Amino acid sequence: MTTKKRLSRRSFLKNSAGVAGMVAFSSSLLPRLAQAKDLTVGFIYVGAKDDYGYNQSHAEGAAAIKKLGGITVVEEENVPESVEVLKTMESMINFDSVDLLFPTSFGYFDPFVLQLASKYKDLRFEHCGGLWSPEHPKNVGSYFGYIGMGQYLNGIAAGHASKSKKIGFVAAKPIPQVLLNINSFLLGARSVDPSITCQVIFTGEWSLAVKEAEATNALIDQGADVITCHVDGPKVVIETAAGRGAYVCGYHANQSTLAPEKYLTGAEWNWANVYTNMVQTVQAGNTIPNFHRGGLAEGFIKMSPLGPAVSDTARKQFEETQAKILKGNYAVIQGPMKDNKGNLIAKAGESFVETDVALESMDYLVEGVIGSTSS
Amino acid sequence: MTTDIGLWGVPLAIIGGAIRVSTPFLFVSLGECLTERSGRINLGLEGTLVFGAMSGYATAYLTGSPWLGVLAAAICGFGFGLVHGWICALPRVNDIAVGIALMLFGMGLAFFFGKPFIQPVAPDLPTINLGAWSDIPQIQAALKINVLFIIGIVLAVTMAWMFRNTQLGLTIRVVGDSDAAARAMGLKTNRIRFLSTACGGALAGIGGAYLSLYYPGSWNEGLSSGQGLMAVALVIFARWNPLNCFWAALLFGGAGALGPALQSIGITQGYYLFYAAPYVLTLALLIATSSPSKALTGAPGALSITR
Amino acid sequence: MPLDSPLLQHLARRSEAIAIPLIALAAGFILFALFLLLQGQSPANYFALVYKAGFGTAFSWQNTLTRASPLILAALCVALPARLGLIVIGGEGAIVLGGVAASAFAMFFPGATGLVGLLLMGASAAAMGALWIGLIGLMRYGRGVNETISSLLMAYIGVALMNHLVEGPLRDPSSLNKPATYPLSAEQRLGSLPGLDIHWGLVIGIVSCFLVWILMTYTRWGFSARVAGGNVRAAQVQGLPVGILIVGFTALGGAFAGLAGMVEVAAVHGTANASLASGYGYTGILVAFLARHNPLVIIPVAVLLGGFEAANGLVQRRMDLPDATVLVLQGFVFISILISETLYGRIRLFNPEHWKITPATMRENS
Repeated sequence: MTTKKRLSRRSFLKNSAGVAGMVAFSSSLLPRLAQAKDLTVGFIYVGAKDDYGYNQSHAEGAAAIKKLGGITVVEEENVPESVEVLKTMESMINFDSVDLLFPTSFGYFDPFVLQLASKYKDLRFEHCGGLWSPEHPKNVGSYFGYIGMGQYLNGIAAGHASKSKKIGFVAAKPIPQVLLNINSFLLGARSVDPSITCQVIFTGEWSLAVKEAEATNALIDQGADVITCHVDGPKVVIETAAGRGAYVCGYHANQSTLAPEKYLTGAEWNWANVYTNMVQTVQAGNTIPNFHRGGLAEGFIKMSPLGPAVSDTARKQFEETQAKILKGNYAVIQGPMKDNKGNLIAKAGESFVETDVALESMDYLVEGVIGSTSS
Repeated sequence: MTTDIGLWGVPLAIIGGAIRVSTPFLFVSLGECLTERSGRINLGLEGTLVFGAMSGYATAYLTGSPWLGVLAAAICGFGFGLVHGWICALPRVNDIAVGIALMLFGMGLAFFFGKPFIQPVAPDLPTINLGAWSDIPQIQAALKINVLFIIGIVLAVTMAWMFRNTQLGLTIRVVGDSDAAARAMGLKTNRIRFLSTACGGALAGIGGAYLSLYYPGSWNEGLSSGQGLMAVALVIFARWNPLNCFWAALLFGGAGALGPALQSIGITQGYYLFYAAPYVLTLALLIATSSPSKALTGAPGALSITR
Repeated sequence: MPLDSPLLQHLARRSEAIAIPLIALAAGFILFALFLLLQGQSPANYFALVYKAGFGTAFSWQNTLTRASPLILAALCVALPARLGLIVIGGEGAIVLGGVAASAFAMFFPGATGLVGLLLMGASAAAMGALWIGLIGLMRYGRGVNETISSLLMAYIGVALMNHLVEGPLRDPSSLNKPATYPLSAEQRLGSLPGLDIHWGLVIGIVSCFLVWILMTYTRWGFSARVAGGNVRAAQVQGLPVGILIVGFTALGGAFAGLAGMVEVAAVHGTANASLASGYGYTGILVAFLARHNPLVIIPVAVLLGGFEAANGLVQRRMDLPDATVLVLQGFVFISILISETLYGRIRLFNPEHWKITPATMRENS
């Protein structure tokens, strides 16, 4: 079906949608009018949208924009990163006349979002986690948050809570976003006590309950007493670790209800805020930057409230560091620093601030992390 | 709260993992053992396991009692077994194919009804601390044993005794070995297969409840990674002997714990391959113990899979 | 026409093989409709959405056919061994490893482009799949290892091997957050059919089905397989080369699954990555059984299932039903088709020898 045909069908639908449609239609003819545009927004999740993790964080964002005026949200969950997502997006375009799409899983970006964006040039595709570059279609945007900072703050809480001076990380795959989180978690803990080490175990899959539980147990058997993770749904890791008596730091969403006593804090996405801003930008007729990033200061991420096990000293350092990060230009990777194979990754005086794009292609684990980046 | 145990972590993790991970294998393989002894194969126990996990979790969450959850899982498993038994009793219906269909169906239904239970937290099954004698927390943790594991051992021993020493056991074996012999003895083969299949399903349901109510202890769509299917393979090299099912289940649990344990002591290369260890091990055991010419020792004669 | 007319009797016999599956299919749909009613949902609404999103518009057809194409090839991997009475359910392993082989070929022979390059790439993927599933046949013949279980184990091992290769030795270091092999160049990609948004995989699948049909119907091998099917031991006694048949048919089935992996890499993903394991191998089992392992029937069955899968998203969005709805529907249809196997030869309408009611036939039918 050609874009032209689809357009005519969409405008027909808008015209026939009654008064509301007419208002929207006329407001687009009168751009100076302060009337917000009606928008249909599509959200696509790779897993279950109540997984206590990645997908839930996005679904919470979608729930927040449903409350805004003039917004219709359509959602689909458990959409694999294959031809399925391509056709799901196209189905939303054809049958729901979406104006704005949020395919939220990393693997949707290349080739599926890029492919469809070249076909439907008048629609906006906002993808989470991708690295947009100028050769990509202009109607694609990629947004992401500096959640490594959150893991750094997790690390501070962990560093104070750990007695064995060994902390653990259950990770899915050794990819840049995960490596940055592991490194940040350790460096946060090392800002408390430089002798702390962090053990990492890769499960190889984004969601694999038994393996995640086994990895958590193996970490604790090796002496780790604070555990965090980067898998799609942290529920199993948090429950297993707390059940073994270890402290836990959350990720993606707030998991404090799963382990109220053992939960120190957590690095959470604040998609409700990000999506509200993005949708309002589009409603106002403005464009979202193609490469859109933000951290704590911009409200892309937030920290879970500190748990009861966090000491006053820990709280003090946590809050001071958080205030510094909020000022911006905070660098977790500061030279001189070596990776865990002994290679220099940052010369003396060199530092990588949170906004540095180089961090998005990280391929090393810093000194003090026990683990390997190869599968 | 922990002691540094270094490389000892690997054998300990394998033992602990064997105990933690083996229970679903144990229950499903005992269920399959019972079903196959009566001369029928049920490949659909993976679907029964997943549905049992979901129904057990949902019931435990709604009632607050994990044991009611286990009961619900057993009842649902019994139901799936009844359906399998009924369909397979029809002439010219292939029991392997029906198993595959029921596996898809059970998983589909579990995912369909399980959606609202992914997020809630249901109460866990209780444990018994057999490691209290040790000062080392890792040993205490490894020997924290779930009641279902113990029930599984008792069941394995009871089933082995039943097959060998009771009238019921003999009846099931005769039915499983030869239709003609069973009919000559005046046994109602269909009814006995029907009930054995249903009871086998109930056991698989309990195996599922262990997954969702104890370890890893939550319900989601990726909860089972083929435990129900592996159990079918396990029964073959356990030679349809319930006691061997127990050892085989332990071996499997241990093999599954190998990957994470090796990473935790720094062996990080090739973890995907280590994670495939249980499957490779099963295949190797199957190849080693099968024979091209004669039926397997201990194999029920009427079983479609060994003919 | 008199009842003893040979034409009428012939028609009655032939229509059995068409009527019973159609009745079973309808029964599966009716059961599913009842299931929806119990959930307080409208079956009419459901089927209307399926029609709209599966078959109602040009986009819907392209969506349906795109989804059908891997299912056709995956189903052949089940249907071919099934002709020998073997139930192979591990096509997924051959699909993912076929994909890896295709991408490895593209990586080591970047100059092999165009039709020749694609043929060679397809051949390497097919060879990989043939090796993987052929091994299952070999284990069956050589050691008596049950093929259903070994194929399943091999599927798990295949997926693990694929993950290891694409995230380890074959990984493109610049594939950052989604580990993958080096992307195929534009000249190595399998494009779309002219004027359509459907890739060539569909044509490959349909042609494969016809080739298998010819093999089964008109060749000595097909004939031998039909004799051996159902009773391997009897065939052995008759002197048929059972070993070659078993290994050959499993390997050929695997070759088609491997080809499905190549299509996924060359037409959809452009690389080999973990998403290759997306369950086509398992849906292929369902397609093959619904088609009763008839290669030509596989095509419409795959299209039908493709349509339901294409509509599943719209059903999720409009009726607020879980994404597993399509799995439940597939379960009902699968079970009802298997139950219908018991009806063959038992419905008097299709069995002329039962038309004349005599005391003997009455006893037989009761």
